[in-house]
Amino acid sequence: MYVYDKHDRQIAAERVEQFRDQTRRALAGDLNEDEFLPLRLQNGLYVQRLAPMLRIAVPYGMLRSTQLRRLARITRDYDKGYAHFTTRQNVQLNWPAVEDVPDILAELADVEMHANQTSGNCIRNTTTDQFSGVQEDEIADPRPYCEIIRQWSTFHPEFAFLPRKFKVAVNASEHSDRAAIQVHDIGLQLVRNDSGELGFRVHVGGGLGRTPMVGPVIRDYLPEKDLLTYLEAVLRVYNRYGRRDNKFKARIKILVKALTPESFAEKVEAEWAHIKDSPTQLTREAIEKFQTYFTEPAYEQVPEVKDTLATQRFEDRAFDQWIAHNVDTHKKPGYAIVTLTMKKTGIPPGDVSDRQLEQIADLADEYSFGEARVTHQQNAVLADVRQDRLYELWQATTPMGFATASLNKLTDVICCPGGDYCALANAKSIPVAEAIQRKFDDLDYLYDIGDVDLNISGCMNACGHHHVGHIGVLGVDKKGQEFYQISLGGSSQHDAAIGKILGPSFARDSMPDVIKSIIDVYVDNRTQEEAFLDTYRRIGINPFKERVYA
Amino acid sequence: MPEVITNDGSIIKDDWVVIERPADGESLDLPDQPALIPADLWLAGKEHFEGRNDIGVWFDSHQEPEMLAGLVNELGVIAVNFPKFADGRGYSIARLLRERLGYKHELRAIGDVLLDQLQFMKRCGFDRFVLRADKNAEDAARCLNFFSQGYQAATDTDVPLFRRRAS
Repeated sequence: MYVYDKHDRQIAAERVEQFRDQTRRALAGDLNEDEFLPLRLQNGLYVQRLAPMLRIAVPYGMLRSTQLRRLARITRDYDKGYAHFTTRQNVQLNWPAVEDVPDILAELADVEMHANQTSGNCIRNTTTDQFSGVQEDEIADPRPYCEIIRQWSTFHPEFAFLPRKFKVAVNASEHSDRAAIQVHDIGLQLVRNDSGELGFRVHVGGGLGRTPMVGPVIRDYLPEKDLLTYLEAVLRVYNRYGRRDNKFKARIKILVKALTPESFAEKVEAEWAHIKDSPTQLTREAIEKFQTYFTEPAYEQVPEVKDTLATQRFEDRAFDQWIAHNVDTHKKPGYAIVTLTMKKTGIPPGDVSDRQLEQIADLADEYSFGEARVTHQQNAVLADVRQDRLYELWQATTPMGFATASLNKLTDVICCPGGDYCALANAKSIPVAEAIQRKFDDLDYLYDIGDVDLNISGCMNACGHHHVGHIGVLGVDKKGQEFYQISLGGSSQHDAAIGKILGPSFARDSMPDVIKSIIDVYVDNRTQEEAFLDTYRRIGINPFKERVYA
Repeated sequence: MPEVITNDGSIIKDDWVVIERPADGESLDLPDQPALIPADLWLAGKEHFEGRNDIGVWFDSHQEPEMLAGLVNELGVIAVNFPKFADGRGYSIARLLRERLGYKHELRAIGDVLLDQLQFMKRCGFDRFVLRADKNAEDAARCLNFFSQGYQAATDTDVPLFRRRAS
């Protein structure tokens, strides 16, 4: 993965000293709260319901074991001994003290980490597929481009005060989209043109929040060398013309819709024509330099294990289920991709203790070249595991609570911190997730139901991505009471869609039964091969409505 | 005289004043000192101001600098107003004035200009800053110089770090 050079180290150190100075001036009263707000947000610091919250960037989800150990130590020294994996491949601390944050940032910089632009009206952390570089069907490894974007967007002087936040995601697989690019401000899909040259299909103006939209394509093919100049043109058009009079209409999706995607694209092309040949155009050498940071690890010749694995799976049903659900195919023969699930019932989705962070670090060192990844589904990934060590890894992770064989199943819930932690939330989300997990505690039944994305957000800011859940749950406040609205049919994949609202909302204690009714409609109506989303698309929302509101 | 900060952080004094846009039907009232007038009014009455080096213009954040294409270097001072510091349009206006329209003379930031934004303004081509009155100008030099370099090209350098690394 990327390693800082002297320039990165210097800039990171300067950033820490700058924020130390800003924090000192804020605590001394020289910066008022409004003035300090964007400065602290762009260093990841929110002030939340119960305490400050610090959001630490994990660029495109990659972590070294040394970084995991440092995070563990930070949670112990400055917080309550746990952290939270977010839905955008970041890590949050829930209880740091404001005056400690500069020291925390210094500790992070020491291991080449930061909290830059994890909040605020600026270009946020660029995200991508957690299986980048190890899956069979990707066009090219997206991570070098993510790092190129990270560096370009870091402290970009023109775009530090955009109308609203701005999120970029990159996807490389033709068949899947684990980065949900079509619901980002800019979604970049790696493609090859007819001559086989690399480039991007560019979506602009997708997003969730209170006006969910699937991002239209504004350019079918952008040569890779033009990546940054084109992004700069999009951002400049947005910075100049995006609405600033109404926070709820300030995202780029509103501008794209108001202008129409066609005329927005024309404005971008006109701007781009001025700057496409500027020195910001990428050079072949620069792209290759970034690519050298993401080369293959030293894979070994792994002995054929098909027979041994088959025997182990036959003899141990739980292992068999784990292989079937939590282990994915690796591009390299003899290797496998393992997802460690962080969805143990009773623990808020995505929460990890200091000890667990260290366990993941140890597992990464022992099984996966010292690297781990975090996913936007709030799980962790060991991307390079030898197949002949899978059984051993499964045995090691089971007592740690990382081997619940529920990946992509109903109980593998995506869930924001909700009203338990977040100042914005209208309702709690974690107890809903837990009640549903308890209701569906029979793994065989879960497997029979198959893959279902259940996404829960505590408010319409949609951090739990409820609009794109096959089943989405949104917490709403009705006269001080917490209720939950359900939507069906969302998807964040290549067939991206915004879910449709089922009808009036429900009280929290009825949620497990409501979800059960929805699943029953699916089970009663499905054909042999149909997944939940297929059945929903075939029969529509009415059969679900009729059952749930009967 | 009001204090103005230069892009190396030193403090100078000058007597340029910003003339607000007159109400509808009213005409511009020019003082006996160097004055910055709304850019569109200068353009509309350009012939009256010919040869006057004590007249400059200012842009508000919603205005388009392109209106002065081909004319910018007739002006010795152009200012860009930040009505609120969180309104980031002025950064794009500055870059367009410098990089697109080729403006070579003084470019000053006016309005809600605070210390922690100076570094961004400087990179976007501003070279004079009229700090909001309640801010301490003595801090400006420090706030302008937290960073020794940036990752990306801007007005101050057209060579992004990925090219500097290669050389």
